[in-house]
Amino acid sequence: MSTMQSAVKAPMTDLEKQRRKAKRKKLFIQFLPLYIMLIPGLVYLILNNYLPMAGLVIAFKKIDYSKGIFASPWVGFKNFTYLFNNPDALKAMRNTVLYNLTFIILGNIMAITVAIALDTVKKKFLKNFSQVIILLPYLLSTVIVSYIVYAFLNPTNGFMNNTILKAFDVAKIKWYNEPKYWPYILTIVYLWMSTGYSSILYYSTIIGIDKSLYEAAVTDGATTWDQIVHVTLPGLKYTIITLVLLAVGRICFSDFGLFYQIPQHSGLLYETTQTIDTFVYRALLELNDVGRSSAAGFLQSILGFILVFLANMLVSKIDKQSALF
Amino acid sequence: MISTSKGFTVFVYVFLIFLILCCVIPFWLLIASSLTSETTLLQNGYSLVPREFSLSAYKYLWTAKESIGRAYLMSVLISAVGVSANVLMCILFAYPLSRQDLPGRSVFSFLLFFTMLFNGGLVPTYLVYTNIVNVKDSFWGLVVPYLLFNPFMVIMMRTYFTSSIPGEVLEAAKIDGANEVRCLTSIVVPMSKPIIATVGLMTLIAYWNNWTNGIYFLTTRTELYGIQNYLNDVMNKATFLQNHSNGMINARDIPNVSVRMAIAVVAVIPLLVLYPFFQKYFVKGVTLGSVKG
Repeated sequence: MSTMQSAVKAPMTDLEKQRRKAKRKKLFIQFLPLYIMLIPGLVYLILNNYLPMAGLVIAFKKIDYSKGIFASPWVGFKNFTYLFNNPDALKAMRNTVLYNLTFIILGNIMAITVAIALDTVKKKFLKNFSQVIILLPYLLSTVIVSYIVYAFLNPTNGFMNNTILKAFDVAKIKWYNEPKYWPYILTIVYLWMSTGYSSILYYSTIIGIDKSLYEAAVTDGATTWDQIVHVTLPGLKYTIITLVLLAVGRICFSDFGLFYQIPQHSGLLYETTQTIDTFVYRALLELNDVGRSSAAGFLQSILGFILVFLANMLVSKIDKQSALF
Repeated sequence: MISTSKGFTVFVYVFLIFLILCCVIPFWLLIASSLTSETTLLQNGYSLVPREFSLSAYKYLWTAKESIGRAYLMSVLISAVGVSANVLMCILFAYPLSRQDLPGRSVFSFLLFFTMLFNGGLVPTYLVYTNIVNVKDSFWGLVVPYLLFNPFMVIMMRTYFTSSIPGEVLEAAKIDGANEVRCLTSIVVPMSKPIIATVGLMTLIAYWNNWTNGIYFLTTRTELYGIQNYLNDVMNKATFLQNHSNGMINARDIPNVSVRMAIAVVAVIPLLVLYPFFQKYFVKGVTLGSVKG
């Protein structure tokens, strides 16, 4: 019985296979122009993203340039023990996570507040004008921001020491020598640079909220505050979750420019300004220490990936729609 | 839109004006110090109103236009090449991804999306760009690494294509005999100006303000420095000089404080000039592009 069935079935599948093959070929030819369009992007992704991912294995190797990257000898976890024996590396990890937590909390609170303020304003001119102005810092490079910060904090004739502190009769402070002030300085500079852009992200979501919800709330006697809490914030839920999730996934990464340029790479400030990114950069390009820097970079990449995965899992448990993937 | 009580409205006005001042004052300090004479700057310090107005910093810029002008031109060139390549590659990648009927679409989407979740970091990337594809000490070192093709912008663009271009329009064009390239150039691109402007502006900002590629990949050929790397270099030399009063750097080689501030101002001008033209597209592009797709 079974042999007969297969005997009947076999030529059918062959024919089907042929048909399917022909159909696939036709589809492929039909879509060929679209596949060709994808090529430049794919080539770049391989070069810029996928080759370096494969290159993460160098964290377990001792690089020997004469043999090439992939043929260099394996050394197991030696680079990692070497990394963890370095107190600077541990400080850099601590700083990265603490700064990021501060930035996620304060940055989002600021951005949401500004976005709601932008939405509440009725005067068209002020609305548009503030939108233009708050994005101004977004246009500046960290090099130029470091010039501005230097104009404020220059120990001898900076604006802080020379005008503001003078007005309060406070003695001059050597800002670039004192690590204790830098968590505050860097947080302020971060908020100054980033609030405009992220508030526009939130604002663009707020514009999309159904107007009738507000009208209904008002007829029910809702105050301004009620409308914010019960209409605006729930409307922002998905955007908040998505942005926080992305930020949590990047908790081991820091804005290299912020931590490298703004403190003028002053060695006295490393205690509070060194992050994993500046550590990796200094180890690789200033000390030529591939071992330590590749181990630190490996941890950064892997932990980052695990974190974004976990955060996403958590979110999809709470609310499936908000998950990133 | 929230309907507000009067007290709240006043509060919001005050808040926004405070915010505007916070954004403008630091930037104004930079401009003011570039317009102050050097001696006043050193004696009386930085101030928001120049105590002694002087255009000498800008006059000096004009006399030193050879070195500063070259860095400036390099920035223009790098940005022009980078922005056009990025926008083109983004369009070419986003259009096939926006086509629901493309076989294997999810694979390509995944390949793109995955790079946003996981990356090799500085060390392997640096080794790829110095050992496998060598861009060290070349113009391409400033254009290719990190910036040339941005997955986030591709996703924004794809979302825009799927949400703002009706499938029927493309169907109709195909029935009329238009091929894919024709559909892209005469339907999709003209209908997507806001998102193209947004991606163009964001890429321009990224290229114009980039200095990391310069410090990673240019070690000897500093004549390729763009304006940001030039500024970075000047600042480094100045701080070095401050800390080592009889170092190896000649003080005369470094522009003085007001000139440095003037270069910084001049470096921001191109973006400031272009920004208002793009601004009206910007919020729209971010809005339409960031709708979850």
